[in-house]
Amino acid sequence: MPSADPNAMTSDMALVTAIRSGDQGAMKALYDRYSSIVYSVALRVLQDTGAAEDVLQDIFMQLWRNPGAFDASRGNMAAWLAVIARNRAIDALRRRRPEDDIEEVAVSVEHDLVSEADRSRIMDKVRGALQAMPAPQRSALEMAYFEGLTHSEIAGKTGEPLGTVKTRIRAGLLSLRKVLAA
Amino acid sequence: MSVHEQLAEELALYALGALDDAERQKLEKHLEECVSCRRELELLRGDLSLLALTTAGPQPPARARQRLISAIAAEPRLPAAAPASERQQRSWWTASGWPALGWAAVGLVLVGIGLLWQNSTLHQNLASLRAQFADQGSKLEQANQTVATLLDPEAMKIELVAVGNKPQPRGKAIYQRRNRNLIFFASNLPPLPAEKIYELWLFPANGRAPIAAGLFKPDARGSATVVNPPLPADVEAKNFAVTLEPESGSHESPRGTPVIVGVGE
Repeated sequence: MPSADPNAMTSDMALVTAIRSGDQGAMKALYDRYSSIVYSVALRVLQDTGAAEDVLQDIFMQLWRNPGAFDASRGNMAAWLAVIARNRAIDALRRRRPEDDIEEVAVSVEHDLVSEADRSRIMDKVRGALQAMPAPQRSALEMAYFEGLTHSEIAGKTGEPLGTVKTRIRAGLLSLRKVLAA
Repeated sequence: MSVHEQLAEELALYALGALDDAERQKLEKHLEECVSCRRELELLRGDLSLLALTTAGPQPPARARQRLISAIAAEPRLPAAAPASERQQRSWWTASGWPALGWAAVGLVLVGIGLLWQNSTLHQNLASLRAQFADQGSKLEQANQTVATLLDPEAMKIELVAVGNKPQPRGKAIYQRRNRNLIFFASNLPPLPAEKIYELWLFPANGRAPIAAGLFKPDARGSATVVNPPLPADVEAKNFAVTLEPESGSHESPRGTPVIVGVGE
Protein backbone atom coordinates (compact mmCIF):
# COMPACT_ATOMS: atom_id res chain seq x y z
CA MET A 1 0.00 0.00 0.00
CA PRO A 2 1.40 3.40 -0.88
CA SER A 3 0.66 4.77 2.58
CA ALA A 4 2.96 2.15 4.12
CA ASP A 5 5.71 2.94 1.64
CA PRO A 6 8.82 4.08 3.53
CA ASN A 7 9.70 6.22 0.51
CA ALA A 8 6.29 7.89 0.41
CA MET A 9 7.88 11.30 0.89
CA THR A 10 10.47 10.78 -1.83
CA SER A 11 9.52 12.65 -4.98
CA ASP A 12 9.09 10.83 -8.26
CA MET A 13 12.02 12.71 -9.77
CA ALA A 14 14.26 11.76 -6.84
CA LEU A 15 13.33 8.11 -7.40
CA VAL A 16 14.02 8.41 -11.13
CA THR A 17 17.41 9.98 -10.35
CA ALA A 18 18.23 7.08 -8.01
CA ILE A 19 17.14 4.57 -10.66
CA ARG A 20 19.52 6.26 -13.08
CA SER A 21 22.30 5.27 -10.69
CA GLY A 22 21.09 1.66 -10.78
CA ASP A 23 19.32 1.79 -7.40
CA GLN A 24 17.07 -1.29 -7.33
CA GLY A 25 15.40 -0.13 -4.08
CA ALA A 26 14.21 3.06 -5.83
CA MET A 27 12.79 0.94 -8.63
CA LYS A 28 10.83 -1.13 -6.09
CA ALA A 29 9.52 2.07 -4.44
CA LEU A 30 8.37 3.43 -7.82
CA TYR A 31 6.70 0.10 -8.59
CA ASP A 32 4.90 0.09 -5.22
CA ARG A 33 3.69 3.61 -5.92
CA TYR A 34 2.39 3.16 -9.46
CA SER A 35 2.01 -0.54 -10.30
CA SER A 36 -1.70 -0.56 -9.44
CA ILE A 37 -2.34 2.30 -11.89
CA VAL A 38 -0.51 0.56 -14.74
CA TYR A 39 -2.08 -2.82 -13.93
CA SER A 40 -5.64 -1.44 -13.60
CA VAL A 41 -5.46 0.35 -16.95
CA ALA A 42 -3.99 -2.70 -18.70
CA LEU A 43 -6.58 -5.01 -17.10
CA ARG A 44 -9.47 -2.75 -18.14
CA VAL A 45 -8.27 -2.85 -21.76
CA LEU A 46 -7.15 -6.47 -21.97
CA GLN A 47 -9.67 -8.12 -19.58
CA ASP A 48 -7.00 -10.74 -18.86
CA THR A 49 -4.85 -10.78 -15.73
CA GLY A 50 -1.89 -12.58 -17.33
CA ALA A 51 -1.76 -10.20 -20.29
CA ALA A 52 -2.10 -7.20 -17.92
CA GLU A 53 0.84 -8.52 -15.85
CA ASP A 54 2.92 -8.74 -19.04
CA VAL A 55 2.20 -5.08 -19.85
CA LEU A 56 3.06 -4.13 -16.25
CA GLN A 57 6.37 -5.96 -16.44
CA ASP A 58 7.18 -4.54 -19.86
CA ILE A 59 6.58 -0.91 -18.82
CA PHE A 60 8.57 -1.09 -15.58
CA MET A 61 11.45 -2.92 -17.30
CA GLN A 62 11.55 -0.14 -19.90
CA LEU A 63 11.74 2.41 -17.09
CA TRP A 64 14.53 0.40 -15.48
CA ARG A 65 16.49 0.25 -18.73
CA ASN A 66 15.79 3.84 -19.65
CA PRO A 67 14.73 5.93 -16.63
CA GLY A 68 15.60 9.09 -18.61
CA ALA A 69 12.44 8.44 -20.66
CA PHE A 70 10.53 10.20 -17.91
CA ASP A 71 11.34 13.75 -16.97
CA ALA A 72 9.25 16.42 -15.34
CA SER A 73 8.60 18.12 -18.69
CA ARG A 74 6.67 15.01 -19.81
CA GLY A 75 4.09 15.76 -17.17
CA ASN A 76 2.87 14.05 -14.08
CA MET A 77 4.24 10.52 -13.52
CA ALA A 78 0.85 8.95 -12.68
CA ALA A 79 -0.76 10.42 -15.80
CA TRP A 80 2.22 9.59 -18.00
CA LEU A 81 2.24 5.97 -16.85
CA ALA A 82 -1.53 5.68 -17.29
CA VAL A 83 -1.27 6.85 -20.91
CA ILE A 84 1.65 4.53 -21.64
CA ALA A 85 -0.17 1.60 -20.00
CA ARG A 86 -3.25 2.26 -22.09
CA ASN A 87 -1.24 2.54 -25.32
CA ARG A 88 0.75 -0.62 -24.62
CA ALA A 89 -2.36 -2.56 -23.65
CA ILE A 90 -4.11 -1.50 -26.86
CA ASP A 91 -1.02 -2.60 -28.83
CA ALA A 92 -1.19 -5.97 -27.06
CA LEU A 93 -4.94 -6.23 -27.67
CA ARG A 94 -4.50 -5.60 -31.35
CA ARG A 95 -1.40 -7.81 -31.45
CA ARG A 96 0.73 -5.15 -33.03
CA ARG A 97 4.16 -3.77 -32.36
CA PRO A 98 4.27 -0.83 -29.91
CA GLU A 99 3.37 2.26 -31.91
CA ASP A 100 5.18 4.85 -29.88
CA ASP A 101 8.34 4.99 -27.84
CA ILE A 102 7.80 5.80 -24.17
CA GLU A 103 10.24 8.68 -24.67
CA GLU A 104 7.89 10.31 -27.19
CA VAL A 105 4.80 10.50 -24.99
CA ALA A 106 4.16 13.88 -23.37
CA VAL A 107 1.09 14.39 -21.20
CA SER A 108 -0.09 17.69 -19.79
CA VAL A 109 -2.22 17.49 -16.65
CA GLU A 110 -2.96 20.59 -14.65
CA HIS A 111 -4.21 18.66 -11.63
CA ASP A 112 -2.14 17.45 -8.72
CA LEU A 113 -2.09 13.64 -8.84
CA VAL A 114 0.80 12.94 -6.50
CA SER A 115 -1.16 11.63 -3.52
CA GLU A 116 -3.84 8.97 -3.57
CA ALA A 117 -6.26 11.46 -2.00
CA ASP A 118 -5.69 13.94 -4.87
CA ARG A 119 -6.12 11.21 -7.44
CA SER A 120 -9.28 9.96 -5.78
CA ARG A 121 -10.81 13.48 -5.74
CA ILE A 122 -10.10 14.03 -9.46
CA MET A 123 -11.32 10.54 -10.32
CA ASP A 124 -14.66 11.25 -8.64
CA LYS A 125 -15.01 14.28 -10.94
CA VAL A 126 -14.12 12.28 -14.05
CA ARG A 127 -16.47 9.42 -13.13
CA GLY A 128 -19.20 12.01 -12.52
CA ALA A 129 -18.54 13.52 -15.96
CA LEU A 130 -18.77 10.08 -17.58
CA GLN A 131 -22.05 9.33 -15.81
CA ALA A 132 -23.47 12.68 -16.90
CA MET A 133 -22.69 12.05 -20.60
CA PRO A 134 -25.42 10.73 -22.90
CA ALA A 135 -24.93 6.95 -23.15
CA PRO A 136 -23.97 6.91 -26.88
CA GLN A 137 -21.35 9.62 -26.26
CA ARG A 138 -19.81 7.74 -23.31
CA SER A 139 -19.91 4.50 -25.23
CA ALA A 140 -18.12 6.00 -28.29
CA LEU A 141 -15.43 7.49 -26.07
CA GLU A 142 -14.90 4.23 -24.16
CA MET A 143 -14.84 2.11 -27.31
CA ALA A 144 -12.13 4.35 -28.74
CA TYR A 145 -10.13 4.62 -25.53
CA PHE A 146 -10.45 1.23 -23.88
CA GLU A 147 -11.01 -0.97 -26.91
CA GLY A 148 -8.68 0.87 -29.29
CA LEU A 149 -11.26 1.05 -32.07
CA THR A 150 -10.89 3.60 -34.86
CA HIS A 151 -13.82 5.89 -35.61
CA SER A 152 -14.62 3.82 -38.73
CA GLU A 153 -14.71 0.64 -36.65
CA ILE A 154 -16.98 2.30 -34.08
CA ALA A 155 -19.27 3.50 -36.88
CA GLY A 156 -19.31 -0.05 -38.29
CA LYS A 157 -20.09 -1.55 -34.89
CA THR A 158 -22.83 0.88 -33.93
CA GLY A 159 -24.27 1.45 -37.40
CA GLU A 160 -23.99 5.20 -36.99
CA PRO A 161 -22.57 7.71 -39.51
CA LEU A 162 -18.85 8.41 -39.28
CA GLY A 163 -19.42 12.12 -38.68
CA THR A 164 -21.72 11.39 -35.73
CA VAL A 165 -19.09 9.16 -34.12
CA LYS A 166 -16.41 11.83 -34.56
CA THR A 167 -18.61 14.53 -33.11
CA ARG A 168 -19.59 12.35 -30.14
CA ILE A 169 -16.01 11.59 -29.26
CA ARG A 170 -14.98 15.22 -29.49
CA ALA A 171 -18.03 16.34 -27.48
CA GLY A 172 -17.29 13.71 -24.84
CA LEU A 173 -13.75 14.98 -24.43
CA LEU A 174 -14.91 18.59 -24.29
CA SER A 175 -17.43 17.85 -21.56
CA LEU A 176 -14.73 16.00 -19.64
CA ARG A 177 -12.46 19.05 -19.85
CA LYS A 178 -15.29 21.36 -18.82
CA VAL A 179 -15.99 19.35 -15.67
CA LEU A 180 -12.29 19.23 -14.78
CA ALA A 181 -11.88 22.98 -15.26
CA ALA A 182 -14.85 23.73 -12.99
CA MET B 1 -12.85 28.94 -38.76
CA SER B 2 -9.09 28.54 -38.21
CA VAL B 3 -7.18 25.51 -39.40
CA HIS B 4 -6.74 24.51 -35.73
CA GLU B 5 -10.48 24.55 -35.09
CA GLN B 6 -11.03 22.44 -38.20
CA LEU B 7 -8.47 19.98 -36.89
CA ALA B 8 -9.94 19.82 -33.39
CA GLU B 9 -11.97 16.66 -34.09
CA GLU B 10 -9.01 14.99 -35.78
CA LEU B 11 -6.74 15.89 -32.85
CA ALA B 12 -9.17 14.33 -30.37
CA LEU B 13 -9.32 11.16 -32.46
CA TYR B 14 -5.54 11.16 -32.87
CA ALA B 15 -5.03 11.42 -29.11
CA LEU B 16 -7.26 8.35 -28.79
CA GLY B 17 -5.41 6.54 -31.58
CA ALA B 18 -8.74 6.33 -33.35
CA LEU B 19 -7.76 7.84 -36.71
CA ASP B 20 -7.36 5.71 -39.81
CA ASP B 21 -3.83 5.47 -41.21
CA ALA B 22 -4.16 8.08 -43.98
CA GLU B 23 -5.76 10.66 -41.67
CA ARG B 24 -3.15 9.93 -39.00
CA GLN B 25 -0.26 10.50 -41.38
CA LYS B 26 -1.77 13.75 -42.62
CA LEU B 27 -2.23 15.04 -39.08
CA GLU B 28 1.27 13.98 -38.01
CA LYS B 29 2.66 16.08 -40.84
CA HIS B 30 0.76 19.08 -39.52
CA LEU B 31 1.84 18.37 -35.94
CA GLU B 32 5.51 18.50 -36.95
CA GLU B 33 5.03 22.15 -37.85
CA CYS B 34 2.37 23.38 -35.44
CA VAL B 35 3.23 24.26 -31.84
CA SER B 36 -0.34 25.01 -30.75
CA CYS B 37 -1.69 21.71 -32.08
CA ARG B 38 1.12 19.85 -30.31
CA ARG B 39 0.20 21.66 -27.11
CA GLU B 40 -3.48 20.83 -27.61
CA LEU B 41 -2.50 17.18 -28.14
CA GLU B 42 -0.61 17.15 -24.82
CA LEU B 43 -3.69 18.58 -23.10
CA LEU B 44 -5.96 16.00 -24.74
CA ARG B 45 -3.63 13.23 -23.64
CA GLY B 46 -3.74 14.72 -20.15
CA ASP B 47 -7.56 14.60 -20.16
CA LEU B 48 -7.46 11.03 -21.46
CA SER B 49 -4.95 9.98 -18.82
CA LEU B 50 -7.58 10.94 -16.25
CA LEU B 51 -10.02 8.69 -18.10
CA ALA B 52 -7.45 5.90 -17.80
CA LEU B 53 -7.02 6.58 -14.10
CA THR B 54 -10.74 5.96 -13.50
CA THR B 55 -9.94 2.26 -13.87
CA ALA B 56 -7.99 2.37 -10.59
CA GLY B 57 -8.83 -0.41 -8.19
CA PRO B 58 -7.35 -3.81 -8.95
CA GLN B 59 -3.93 -4.45 -7.40
CA PRO B 60 -1.44 -6.58 -9.30
CA PRO B 61 -0.71 -9.96 -7.70
CA ALA B 62 2.40 -10.29 -5.51
CA ARG B 63 4.01 -12.56 -8.08
CA ALA B 64 4.17 -9.62 -10.52
CA ARG B 65 6.32 -7.65 -8.07
CA GLN B 66 8.61 -10.62 -7.54
CA ARG B 67 8.88 -11.10 -11.28
CA LEU B 68 10.03 -7.51 -11.73
CA ILE B 69 12.48 -7.70 -8.82
CA SER B 70 14.06 -10.84 -10.30
CA ALA B 71 14.25 -9.25 -13.74
CA ILE B 72 15.98 -6.06 -12.55
CA ALA B 73 18.36 -8.08 -10.37
CA ALA B 74 19.28 -10.11 -13.45
CA GLU B 75 19.85 -6.95 -15.44
CA PRO B 76 21.90 -4.52 -13.33
CA ARG B 77 21.94 -1.15 -15.06
CA LEU B 78 25.57 -0.33 -14.31
CA PRO B 79 27.45 -3.61 -14.67
CA ALA B 80 30.88 -3.34 -13.03
CA ALA B 81 33.71 -3.77 -15.52
CA ALA B 82 36.34 -6.33 -14.59
CA PRO B 83 38.97 -4.44 -12.56
CA ALA B 84 42.09 -3.63 -14.54
CA SER B 85 44.28 -5.03 -11.74
CA GLU B 86 42.83 -8.57 -12.18
CA ARG B 87 43.58 -8.55 -15.86
CA GLN B 88 47.06 -7.14 -15.34
CA GLN B 89 47.98 -10.13 -13.18
CA ARG B 90 47.64 -12.43 -16.18
CA SER B 91 50.63 -11.21 -18.24
CA TRP B 92 52.06 -12.71 -21.38
CA TRP B 93 55.19 -13.50 -19.32
CA THR B 94 53.57 -15.84 -16.82
CA ALA B 95 51.26 -17.30 -19.40
CA SER B 96 54.05 -18.30 -21.77
CA GLY B 97 56.60 -19.65 -19.25
CA TRP B 98 60.39 -19.23 -19.28
CA PRO B 99 62.14 -20.43 -22.48
CA ALA B 100 65.03 -22.78 -21.67
CA LEU B 101 67.68 -23.01 -24.38
CA GLY B 102 70.00 -21.18 -26.82
CA TRP B 103 69.87 -17.95 -28.83
CA ALA B 104 66.40 -18.69 -30.00
CA ALA B 105 65.40 -18.62 -26.38
CA VAL B 106 67.19 -15.29 -25.86
CA GLY B 107 65.40 -13.94 -28.92
CA LEU B 108 62.11 -15.12 -27.55
CA VAL B 109 62.88 -13.47 -24.22
CA LEU B 110 63.62 -10.15 -26.00
CA VAL B 111 60.39 -10.40 -27.96
CA GLY B 112 58.67 -11.23 -24.68
CA ILE B 113 60.12 -8.16 -22.96
CA GLY B 114 58.95 -6.01 -25.88
CA LEU B 115 55.44 -7.48 -25.67
CA LEU B 116 55.40 -7.05 -21.91
CA TRP B 117 56.27 -3.38 -22.30
CA GLN B 118 53.55 -3.00 -24.94
CA ASN B 119 51.11 -4.88 -22.73
CA SER B 120 51.90 -2.67 -19.78
CA THR B 121 51.50 0.51 -21.88
CA LEU B 122 48.13 -0.71 -23.19
CA HIS B 123 46.97 -1.45 -19.65
CA GLN B 124 48.05 2.01 -18.53
CA ASN B 125 46.11 3.56 -21.42
CA LEU B 126 43.10 1.41 -20.58
CA ALA B 127 43.25 2.37 -16.91
CA SER B 128 43.51 6.04 -17.89
CA LEU B 129 40.50 5.72 -20.22
CA ARG B 130 38.53 3.97 -17.47
CA ALA B 131 39.38 6.77 -15.05
CA GLN B 132 38.26 9.37 -17.61
CA PHE B 133 35.07 7.42 -18.27
CA ALA B 134 34.31 7.15 -14.54
CA ASP B 135 35.01 10.87 -14.10
CA GLN B 136 32.70 11.80 -16.99
CA GLY B 137 30.03 9.42 -15.66
CA SER B 138 30.24 11.10 -12.29
CA LYS B 139 29.98 14.59 -13.86
CA LEU B 140 27.01 13.47 -15.95
CA GLU B 141 25.26 12.07 -12.88
CA GLN B 142 25.87 15.36 -11.04
CA ALA B 143 24.43 17.28 -14.00
CA ASN B 144 21.40 14.94 -14.12
CA GLN B 145 20.78 15.46 -10.43
CA THR B 146 21.07 19.25 -10.81
CA VAL B 147 18.60 19.31 -13.69
CA ALA B 148 16.25 16.90 -11.87
CA THR B 149 16.27 19.21 -8.83
CA LEU B 150 15.64 22.30 -10.96
CA LEU B 151 12.74 20.67 -12.77
CA ASP B 152 11.17 18.77 -9.89
CA PRO B 153 7.71 20.31 -9.44
CA GLU B 154 7.82 19.24 -5.79
CA ALA B 155 11.14 20.95 -5.08
CA MET B 156 10.84 24.01 -2.83
CA LYS B 157 11.55 27.22 -4.73
CA ILE B 158 11.99 30.32 -2.59
CA GLU B 159 12.95 33.66 -4.05
CA LEU B 160 14.81 36.09 -1.82
CA VAL B 161 14.17 39.82 -2.24
CA ALA B 162 15.30 42.95 -0.41
CA VAL B 163 13.61 43.25 2.99
CA GLY B 164 10.31 45.14 2.71
CA ASN B 165 9.96 44.62 -1.04
CA LYS B 166 6.97 42.77 -2.46
CA PRO B 167 8.09 39.91 -4.75
CA GLN B 168 7.63 40.91 -8.40
CA PRO B 169 6.99 38.61 -11.37
CA ARG B 170 10.36 37.51 -12.72
CA GLY B 171 11.70 35.17 -15.37
CA LYS B 172 15.03 33.87 -16.52
CA ALA B 173 15.58 32.44 -20.00
CA ILE B 174 18.74 30.46 -20.73
CA TYR B 175 19.08 29.98 -24.47
CA GLN B 176 21.68 28.08 -26.47
CA ARG B 177 21.19 28.94 -30.12
CA ARG B 178 23.55 26.25 -31.45
CA ASN B 179 21.51 23.34 -30.05
CA ARG B 180 18.14 25.12 -29.88
CA ASN B 181 18.12 24.52 -26.12
CA LEU B 182 15.95 26.83 -24.05
CA ILE B 183 15.27 26.64 -20.33
CA PHE B 184 12.97 29.22 -18.81
CA PHE B 185 12.10 29.71 -15.16
CA ALA B 186 9.44 32.13 -13.93
CA SER B 187 8.42 33.08 -10.42
CA ASN B 188 5.83 35.22 -8.66
CA LEU B 189 3.54 35.21 -11.67
CA PRO B 190 -0.02 36.34 -10.86
CA PRO B 191 -2.65 33.54 -10.89
CA LEU B 192 -4.17 33.06 -14.34
CA PRO B 193 -7.60 34.58 -14.99
CA ALA B 194 -10.21 32.15 -16.38
CA GLU B 195 -9.51 30.94 -19.93
CA LYS B 196 -6.08 32.59 -20.06
CA ILE B 197 -2.63 31.09 -20.34
CA TYR B 198 0.93 32.42 -20.27
CA GLU B 199 3.05 32.18 -23.40
CA LEU B 200 6.80 32.60 -23.77
CA TRP B 201 8.15 34.37 -26.87
CA LEU B 202 11.56 34.50 -28.49
CA PHE B 203 12.27 37.80 -30.27
CA PRO B 204 14.73 37.16 -33.14
CA ALA B 205 17.73 39.49 -33.49
CA ASN B 206 16.90 39.99 -37.19
CA GLY B 207 13.76 41.90 -36.19
CA ARG B 208 11.34 39.30 -37.58
CA ALA B 209 8.10 38.35 -35.84
CA PRO B 210 8.35 36.82 -32.34
CA ILE B 211 8.48 33.02 -32.22
CA ALA B 212 6.18 31.05 -29.89
CA ALA B 213 8.33 29.29 -27.30
CA GLY B 214 5.81 27.49 -25.12
CA LEU B 215 2.51 27.85 -23.30
CA PHE B 216 2.53 27.34 -19.56
CA LYS B 217 0.52 27.63 -16.38
CA PRO B 218 2.26 28.51 -13.11
CA ASP B 219 1.81 26.48 -9.96
CA ALA B 220 0.04 27.79 -6.86
CA ARG B 221 3.15 29.78 -5.89
CA GLY B 222 3.40 31.45 -9.31
CA SER B 223 6.39 29.36 -10.43
CA ALA B 224 6.70 27.75 -13.85
CA THR B 225 9.34 26.10 -16.02
CA VAL B 226 9.54 25.67 -19.78
CA VAL B 227 12.15 23.22 -21.06
CA ASN B 228 13.27 22.92 -24.66
CA PRO B 229 10.13 23.95 -26.52
CA PRO B 230 10.22 23.21 -30.26
CA LEU B 231 12.11 26.09 -31.95
CA PRO B 232 13.31 26.67 -35.50
CA ALA B 233 17.00 26.07 -36.17
CA ASP B 234 19.70 28.70 -35.79
CA VAL B 235 17.72 31.68 -34.57
CA GLU B 236 19.72 34.37 -32.85
CA ALA B 237 17.64 35.81 -30.03
CA LYS B 238 17.45 39.47 -29.13
CA ASN B 239 15.06 39.08 -26.25
CA PHE B 240 12.38 37.01 -24.56
CA ALA B 241 9.00 37.97 -23.16
CA VAL B 242 5.97 36.41 -21.53
CA THR B 243 2.44 37.47 -22.46
CA LEU B 244 -0.97 36.66 -21.06
CA GLU B 245 -2.93 35.03 -23.89
CA PRO B 246 -6.44 33.69 -24.45
CA GLU B 247 -6.26 29.95 -23.80
CA SER B 248 -8.13 29.04 -26.98
CA GLY B 249 -7.35 29.98 -30.55
CA SER B 250 -4.04 30.37 -32.32
CA HIS B 251 -0.85 30.85 -30.34
CA GLU B 252 1.39 31.56 -33.31
CA SER B 253 1.67 35.32 -32.70
CA PRO B 254 1.12 37.44 -29.57
CA ARG B 255 -2.44 38.69 -29.08
CA GLY B 256 -2.39 39.39 -25.36
CA THR B 257 -0.64 41.71 -22.95
CA PRO B 258 3.05 41.51 -21.95
CA VAL B 259 3.69 40.40 -18.37
CA ILE B 260 7.49 40.25 -18.19
CA VAL B 261 10.12 41.14 -20.78
CA GLY B 262 13.87 40.54 -20.95
CA VAL B 263 16.34 43.23 -20.00
CA GLY B 264 19.37 41.68 -21.74
CA GLU B 265 22.47 40.18 -20.22
